[in-house]
Amino acid sequence: MPSTVLVTGASGYLGSHLAAQLAAQPEIDRVIGVDTALSTAQLRARLGGAEYIRADVRTPLIAKVLLEAKVDTVVHASLTAHPPGPSGRPLHKEMNVIGTMQLLAACQRAPLVRKLVIKSTAAVYGSGPRNHAVYSEGMPADVTLPRSGYAQDNAEVEAYLRGFSRRRPEVDVTTLRFANLMGPGVDTVLTRYFALPVVPTVFGYDARLQLLHAEDALAVLRRAVLTDIPGTFNVAGDGVLTLAQAIQRAGRVALPVPEQVIGPVSKFVRGAKLVDFGPEQLRYLNFGRVVDTTKLRTEFGYRPKFTTREAFDDYVRGRRLGRLLDPDKLVSAPLRAIGLALPART
Amino acid sequence: MGEKSRAVALHERSSAPAPHVPAQRANPDPAPEPGTGEPHPVARFAEFCYRRLAGDYEVDEFGFDREFTDSLLLPAARAVYEHWFRVEVTGAERIPADGGALLVANHSGTLPWDMAMTQVAVYENGRRLRGLGSGLLFGTPVLGVLARKAGQTLACGPDAERLLRGGELVGTWPEGSAGLGKPFAERYTVGRFARCGFVDVAARVGVPIIPVSIAGAEEAHPKLAEVWPLARLFGLPYFPVTPTFPILGPLGAIPLPTKWRIDFGEPIEAGPGCRFALAERVRGTIQRTLREMLEERANPFTG
Repeated sequence: MPSTVLVTGASGYLGSHLAAQLAAQPEIDRVIGVDTALSTAQLRARLGGAEYIRADVRTPLIAKVLLEAKVDTVVHASLTAHPPGPSGRPLHKEMNVIGTMQLLAACQRAPLVRKLVIKSTAAVYGSGPRNHAVYSEGMPADVTLPRSGYAQDNAEVEAYLRGFSRRRPEVDVTTLRFANLMGPGVDTVLTRYFALPVVPTVFGYDARLQLLHAEDALAVLRRAVLTDIPGTFNVAGDGVLTLAQAIQRAGRVALPVPEQVIGPVSKFVRGAKLVDFGPEQLRYLNFGRVVDTTKLRTEFGYRPKFTTREAFDDYVRGRRLGRLLDPDKLVSAPLRAIGLALPART
Repeated sequence: MGEKSRAVALHERSSAPAPHVPAQRANPDPAPEPGTGEPHPVARFAEFCYRRLAGDYEVDEFGFDREFTDSLLLPAARAVYEHWFRVEVTGAERIPADGGALLVANHSGTLPWDMAMTQVAVYENGRRLRGLGSGLLFGTPVLGVLARKAGQTLACGPDAERLLRGGELVGTWPEGSAGLGKPFAERYTVGRFARCGFVDVAARVGVPIIPVSIAGAEEAHPKLAEVWPLARLFGLPYFPVTPTFPILGPLGAIPLPTKWRIDFGEPIEAGPGCRFALAERVRGTIQRTLREMLEERANPFTG
């Protein structure tokens, strides 16, 4: 059982809630959250009983914290898909990749560290027309991944992680490959995308999406900290929604754009600071990705409470997305006008 | 139509009371009583539209959309199956009633009509076929989406294995695009199986291989020549020249009304042994059956 836990990315949604929940556990003596964000009253309230240190994981300060606080468990939850500030891609990559390298180097020198939990992403499997329909953990990572971007960052991080476990074999390493987060309180590229009134899609494509509710993500992280289950696990809700279906369920209007002009459209959406709509997201929104979660249920011992569909519906309810396309008005009303009604739903 | 003749199918959702005068109903087709019988066809269609608009339908992990396939894709394909190609099926009793099996067929016809027709043939005999398609198919707009909705997935080991372990019938065309685009002169010569992986998959999962021979497809789009610079330009494996394409433009996509016959052969157990030998045995069976079928056939258009 861990006694002192360090959580990176503690100003983010997952990081802050995880730190607060761990701090509330009586078995854990001390939880230290680390991030680069300013320590505001709002953030301190969210962190609850956890301490907060404003530090950059790329600096030697992290090594000092690890040693002086006698940290035995490190949760690395700071890998992000889009930078919070107006920084560009190079800085972002440096935060993700160089940050992890520094953190791993610090862990290697800290003899008390016994466990490492890393939040990775299912994006490491890539997505495209030649990708397998369903990925399980053992399948080789996609070689057609773009040279840069979030997925590549994570693939590099996982490679460093393998090196780390060779050098410190006694440390339990748990790698969690999360599907896209969804939930009322989450702010990601995808949650912003579905909140657009008119959702641009690429004509002739429809991705298979698999989502993970933020509550399930937190429960999995918590379980990874509190029990010793090393290994790599896909984490996602059961079932699949297609992109078109998700847009319909959110009551939005899909705007299919031909492939040839999606470039300017995504530039506009990006420029208007609506959604960070990069080529990686475009590929994902054309083809999607599904992972196999058998190992999560059997070896890790966790069954997600929300299916993909429930996670998405919870997000739609929580965000109070108003229906622009209402099937009640479009179908039921004209039907009533001619004296018919919909048959009872089964 | 007056109010009195309106049919009313009662439903819990209808909050506004519909004009309902049952005593004076003059409709020759009386509306069903509440809670009994079939709903009105228009209402049933509206219910379908409602669900499609609300996104209230199920899609499996491969993207197979059962409702969409059963209500739109299969009826359309069945019309082509019955009236255009007039497909005749033999050996349907060899399609297993349950459990997984790998159906291996010859590929031809420039456009993958044979995949769609085999899918209908299996469906008509009470099972569903999950086809394996190329990466090119899934990268093509519209077609790729329709293929996934119809239950097809990428031709690769892990996908096929997953489907077979789930007890599905999986169809594969191991000649690949080389077989699909074979020249007219080479019709009914089953090409080398570019991928023998299907043998391994069948052996690993322990399902039989059923050789499927398709006659008629090879004349549907006779490929007389190909223009390789155009193929390279569009990133296609070939750019066909048929009697109707590209002269007639998009109309060239309409296949010739050949008479088809699909034969399901004797199952072959995929045990341990040389994969190439087994693949060759499957290929030989299909080739032999095709020759027999061609000898029995008088004319490609009348059968």
